[in-house]
Amino acid sequence: MTEILTSPVGLTHYLVVGAVMFVSGVVCMATKRNALGVLMGIELVLNGANLNFVAFGSNFLERNPTYQLGLDGQIISLFVIVLAAAEAAVALAIVLNFYNNHLTVDVDRADELRG
Amino acid sequence: MGEINGHAILFLFFGILTCLFSLAVVFSSNVVRMAFYLILALAATSGLHFLAGADFVGAMQLVLYVGGTLVLLVFGVMLTAQNPFISLRTAGGDWVVAAMVGGILLVILIPVAFQVGLPPTEASQLGGRADREAVTSTDPVSVPTATRIGLGLLGVPGDDVSGYLLPFEIISIHLLVVLVGAAYLARAKRRVTVRDTPGTADV
Amino acid sequence: MSQFLINQLGLYPLLVQALMAMLTASLILGVIAGGSVVFIWMERKVAGRIQDRLGPTRVGGKFGWLQTLADGIKLLAKEDLRPEGADALLFRIAPYVAFCASYGSFIALPFATGWVGLDINVAVFFVVAVLGLEVFGVILAGYASASKWSLFGAMREAAQVISYEVPLGLCVVIPVMIAGTMDLTKIANLQAGWFTNWYLFHDPFAFIAFFVYYTCALASVNRAPFDLAEAESELVAGFHTEYSGLRWSFFFMAEYGSMFLVSALGSILFLGGWNGPIPLAEWVFGQHASGLSGFAFVVANLLGLTVFMSKAVLCVTVMMWIRWTFPRLRIDQVITTCWKYCTPISAVMFVGVINWQLLGLPNGSDLLPHHQLGVRQLPGAVREGAFGKNQLMPQAQSRDEKSARHKEALPAPLHAVSDRGES
Repeated sequence: MTEILTSPVGLTHYLVVGAVMFVSGVVCMATKRNALGVLMGIELVLNGANLNFVAFGSNFLERNPTYQLGLDGQIISLFVIVLAAAEAAVALAIVLNFYNNHLTVDVDRADELRG
Repeated sequence: MGEINGHAILFLFFGILTCLFSLAVVFSSNVVRMAFYLILALAATSGLHFLAGADFVGAMQLVLYVGGTLVLLVFGVMLTAQNPFISLRTAGGDWVVAAMVGGILLVILIPVAFQVGLPPTEASQLGGRADREAVTSTDPVSVPTATRIGLGLLGVPGDDVSGYLLPFEIISIHLLVVLVGAAYLARAKRRVTVRDTPGTADV
Repeated sequence: MSQFLINQLGLYPLLVQALMAMLTASLILGVIAGGSVVFIWMERKVAGRIQDRLGPTRVGGKFGWLQTLADGIKLLAKEDLRPEGADALLFRIAPYVAFCASYGSFIALPFATGWVGLDINVAVFFVVAVLGLEVFGVILAGYASASKWSLFGAMREAAQVISYEVPLGLCVVIPVMIAGTMDLTKIANLQAGWFTNWYLFHDPFAFIAFFVYYTCALASVNRAPFDLAEAESELVAGFHTEYSGLRWSFFFMAEYGSMFLVSALGSILFLGGWNGPIPLAEWVFGQHASGLSGFAFVVANLLGLTVFMSKAVLCVTVMMWIRWTFPRLRIDQVITTCWKYCTPISAVMFVGVINWQLLGLPNGSDLLPHHQLGVRQLPGAVREGAFGKNQLMPQAQSRDEKSARHKEALPAPLHAVSDRGES
């Protein structure tokens, strides 16, 4: 147990945290019935991926130098953050519209297009 | 070895916070609490970014993600948080399927993480001595990345960054389009069919 | 100092780091707590004088110095109420969220050259970012109170803060663009010398931008006339209607903390920070504080600290003056002010400053002949681009050489990009 405190932080540490976030996000998307809950799952997934980009691009982590992304990783994660903001804005507008028309945010009730 | 390093302690602190609150988002059924846990999880993630030396991305995460996107999300939650929707129950079957998918993903991802993140071997160390030394530098926060990122976004390739002018322009246009689109979607409209449901009058 | 402790006393480095961190943290806490004690007293005095009263006069002698302390004791003694139907966890946590956000942003705020909790390279961004998180405390409080007044207050706050962050960010970017760095210490030291070096007087656009910044800052910390979240004429007390005792006082501390913070940020960005209207330290010691060391450095920094604090407190006082002078706006007027006035104005100022820089027009620092003594000779304030040509246009090299060279480039004190050619 003390090994985790004494050894330098490595790429693995970040990847594990990223994986937990990603999986939480996926499970969240699958289980929530509230449209906003699904949106939160998406944010978690994006952040898990983002963390990986940053970790691969970092010079401060103990890792195999074969996997070096440099600053590109950070720039890509910036793009992801911006895209997530855009995605959240549109999704929120859609959810509010849905709520206005159907008075609910339950995604299971959004089945009008079913034949 | 044997010396406890501060970097690891801070990483553990933020990492455990991140994991805990991500899981809390999943297992909470109250949508407002979910939003709160999500805020904490993403704020802790920005701490991880700082620890990885990505100070600009960390600050960006706080400004745009936590300060912008999530405020928007919470705003949406509060607009729609009428009593019946605060906690929608999930069907049992969904939990089973989701747990299976999540479990499989974890089983795939965690070993991969350990495989990819293996510390450098003897052979690879010869090729990457500079990186080994970079690891031992102790002050991640003071490394300036913002200027290099800025130049990269303007299409000036730097030391370890390529030019990103075109994606930058595309994303600018994309944001503008999204802004207009979202404003159009969410603009005030008369509801076409008036339904008499109590509790919606003051929305 | 930490080096001294490690080398001389043989203490464990990690322990020393933790000790230093705690020392810094408690100093900052002292600034916030002491600040709010003073500001609350000052607010009462200012309000009294503006309304032709005396304000507090009795507690603690002549001017009612200890009024805040008396208030504090009263608040401590109050019962901590929680309305039935409130979300217990969120209700309890919300005041601390607000306070932590306000407190956290002080970490990156420098008080004089080198006197800063954590010297982050993107300090401007960090401060604005963390300050923006304060809104969550308010929103959570409003929602968790299970009271419609609180909820209305919180909704207004969310809409207002999200809107005002846009012009605020645009105005903050203007000094950053002039300085070419996001490090607050460097930005302030670039304005050393006479007051004409302040970015306020850099050009007419920057001059206007400061006032737009101040307006937006006022709105983003919820002060009158933008205090819609706690409009007592309509919403009882807005988001903190249901709070009492200590928790309520945490909201108050957060509010006064962030008032001081935005004032301090404004004075660093536009008013030269700790560099006074006259270059006093330069006259006494022959050079700027950043070039001194030892005892002279401390004295020069103390001088700077005094100047900096006076500027920030002056800005806070003006906020109080505004609060007791202007009537409160309506929510639609608040949003209109933001999107129809502040945002376009700040965007135009932004473009204006860009073009001013691009055309190399004379700026405020050219007004005085002391210019040469001021900015350009400062060690920490060289305007030549830190980026050498080799850094801008790298040759094809292997990764190793590149990162080795990169490491050599790191200790260079400045990373500002030159925005106008040096002749």
